[in-house]
Amino acid sequence: MANHCYLPTNALLLKLIRKNPAIKIAFSISGILIDQLEEYAPEVLDSFRTLAQTGSVDFLTETYYHSLACLIPGKEFDFQIRKHQERIEKLFGVRSNVFRNTELIYSDHIGQRISDLGFKGVLSDGIDRIIGHDNPHHVFEHPEADLKLLLRNYRLSDDIAFRFSQKQSPLTANQYMTWLNDIPVDQNVITLALDYETFGEHHKKETGIFTFLENLLTALARKKDYRFLTPSEAVEILPEHKTLSVPSFISWADEERDLSAWLGNEMQRDAFDSLLKLETDIKSLHNKSLLNTWRSLQTSDHFYYMSTKKGNDGGVHFYFSPYPSPYEAFINYMNVLTDFSLQINISKSANRIGQNLTTRVATEKKAAVVI
Amino acid sequence: MKVLMFGWEFPPHISGGLGTACAGLTHALDKENVEVLFVVPKLHGGEKAVHASFIDASHIPILQQKPTAPLNTRNPDPGIQKSLKEGKSAKPKGNIQRIEVSSLLSPYTSVLSDARTAYGLESWNYFFDTFDERTIPGRRSHSPNVNGDTFEYVKEAYTFSGTYGPNLLEEVQRYAQTAREIAAENIFDVIHAHDWMTFLAGVQAKKISGKPLIVHVHATEIDRSGKQVNPQIFAIEKQGMMLADKVVTVSNWTKNIAVKYYAIDPDKIEVVHNGINPKPNFDTDALPPPLGSHIVTFLGRITHQKGPMYFVEAARRVLEKFPDAHFVVAGSGDQLPLMIERIAALRLSDHFHFTGFLKGVDIDRVWSISNVYVMPSVSEPFGIAPLEAIQAGVPVIISRQAGVSEVMPHAIKVDFWNSEALAEAICNLLRFKSLTNTLKKNSAEEIKSITWDKAAKKLTTLYYELTKKQEKPEKSDLLLSGSSAKKAAHPALF
Repeated sequence: MANHCYLPTNALLLKLIRKNPAIKIAFSISGILIDQLEEYAPEVLDSFRTLAQTGSVDFLTETYYHSLACLIPGKEFDFQIRKHQERIEKLFGVRSNVFRNTELIYSDHIGQRISDLGFKGVLSDGIDRIIGHDNPHHVFEHPEADLKLLLRNYRLSDDIAFRFSQKQSPLTANQYMTWLNDIPVDQNVITLALDYETFGEHHKKETGIFTFLENLLTALARKKDYRFLTPSEAVEILPEHKTLSVPSFISWADEERDLSAWLGNEMQRDAFDSLLKLETDIKSLHNKSLLNTWRSLQTSDHFYYMSTKKGNDGGVHFYFSPYPSPYEAFINYMNVLTDFSLQINISKSANRIGQNLTTRVATEKKAAVVI
Repeated sequence: MKVLMFGWEFPPHISGGLGTACAGLTHALDKENVEVLFVVPKLHGGEKAVHASFIDASHIPILQQKPTAPLNTRNPDPGIQKSLKEGKSAKPKGNIQRIEVSSLLSPYTSVLSDARTAYGLESWNYFFDTFDERTIPGRRSHSPNVNGDTFEYVKEAYTFSGTYGPNLLEEVQRYAQTAREIAAENIFDVIHAHDWMTFLAGVQAKKISGKPLIVHVHATEIDRSGKQVNPQIFAIEKQGMMLADKVVTVSNWTKNIAVKYYAIDPDKIEVVHNGINPKPNFDTDALPPPLGSHIVTFLGRITHQKGPMYFVEAARRVLEKFPDAHFVVAGSGDQLPLMIERIAALRLSDHFHFTGFLKGVDIDRVWSISNVYVMPSVSEPFGIAPLEAIQAGVPVIISRQAGVSEVMPHAIKVDFWNSEALAEAICNLLRFKSLTNTLKKNSAEEIKSITWDKAAKKLTTLYYELTKKQEKPEKSDLLLSGSSAKKAAHPALF
């Protein structure tokens, strides 16, 4: 992944930013990925650091473990956000005032909590059922809290992320620019957010994805009527359009765009509940290593792999999953969880620290890029 | 006494109990001075039968319809001819000769049911799969001659997979074809065919040689499929049993099925219970049970026949009384997703542990941590696993619908559908150490008498009875009414 995607794309962005300092980018990199990069590909972290030094790059805050912590009662969510914020600041010297939750999961309640933590803005998905006939090209406002919402234009984002090479000839920057130009001028912000792996992994180098990215950013930098903003700048500068209420959970995943990608079936809910049942025990042990494992087991991907959805969504789940079937994902996860709970019991009863648990869990995490 | 025996698998290349049973029988028959010529669809290499000769059916040329091919490929490869000779003259060690027949049969689950679950989970489990590329169906042309293509009949060896794959039914037919060739070229006194895959072969061998046929029923389609019986397999089973001179079943349970569902004359059926090879040095140096001392194990294919859902229901009840109980599920099959979903719906996943399909040492390790073994089979012709559990010192609970219960007075028996009684039995074993100990002691004692030698003795008697009957002068047939009258009712085998 580092060689196919992170390193070449970072190099390209650095080149473009140096040529056109107006170009701005925001990244959202989970703590789980940072840990892995530190261990296996430190040169990737170096390249992000170089990008950070250009001053054109923002690093959003998310939950450290790319987790579903927003669904855990108590302070777990807050802890993971703080942990991520501190890690990012230490690594890149950037402290963003915009939050993006795991897979853009959001609700009014999450917004309130984010605001209470001092964030000025949040990134979520501009899905039809919350914006209705409106468009996502504005900065919205939380109904109560002092928090601004940036909504992703999922169509334009997916045109690149999913549909880049779907047609006979791949999408061109020119074509894409005509779509952007069609947007009326009073609609003042376009938020594009995609998996960083779009560049070089989901779409390999041979598809021309890097040329597309270069041409698009260059074209946008040249045009006077466009201006790049980081999310932090957008929520500072742009006027709010109107309030937006999101009473129940939304996300950017699957056609439902709710929590069903992770907690849609009994296996997923049972696995998640089983994990939560360990919280009291694990926290009473004050064992950093065990606690870190418990939090790593919260990563949303584990539950994503257990989805039994069919159709297009099922295909996407399958594409990302390292398992041949959701049942194996579930069995493996539960076996890991059982081994882990045995560790907890041993620690509890013998009051000694078990040796490092080897988790069999695939923990590779995604980064997301916000342009 | 020389027996032409048709099998489908032989250790170490087995996917079920059939191969194990065939090995146990052939070895024990040798002690009775019975010579066995063992035919398998395919020799995988490594089959070790000290006292059997093997015939590899994959080396027997049979008549096959082929599209007309260029001249140079028409003549059978001289290599095939050569290996045919080698196959037939496979050096007999002791009394058993083994003949390999080319075969395409694979674990029947896939041929039979459309109920294949998504994801192919029935084979999830690091399953031993010997699918040979050469036997992929598309490679062989069997298309009817409708497009004016020219076909010719070529006599050449058919490459069997010897598994239970999607072409099982075709392989069964081919196997029967090779049986004719084998029967014509070998000398033997009795034909003995194991399970339906080999029944047609047995019937053909009988037709060619006129020797008496025993069909040995290790399992029936009724056990395997419950109400969704595959009519083709059922028909083959029935044909085999009808045309055989003697039907051997592995239990009274199976005998009753043969009578009830296949309309076989009970007098024609002989029950020969399976045996179990002694395993004196059970290795128990495994780690102490990490999950505590309330571990209940299910070991077997996760299919309707084995009653996995009844195990889940019983587990639910056990957990009400023993909240720290854990349930190990060792095996795989088409009901695995159903089982998992039910367990998840009951929120019991953290009490269940799925190991997948296990072999050898891994099974020993499961036994070493198990406090109770449960086999809630809905319909089980025999069921060797409870005996293996006992050998490993694990007390067992079995369903009354399992043939093995006939030879196990010292096991707790319940009806498979009675989850309440099953749960109660599990709780009692977990609760009363004395009960566990008594069961272990007594059943370990009685298992000593469940041997393949016993089975082989019974079979040998049968062989002699049948051959004696045959030796009677031809004209006496006119006077007989019993079995030869039945024979006359089925003059045409195909």
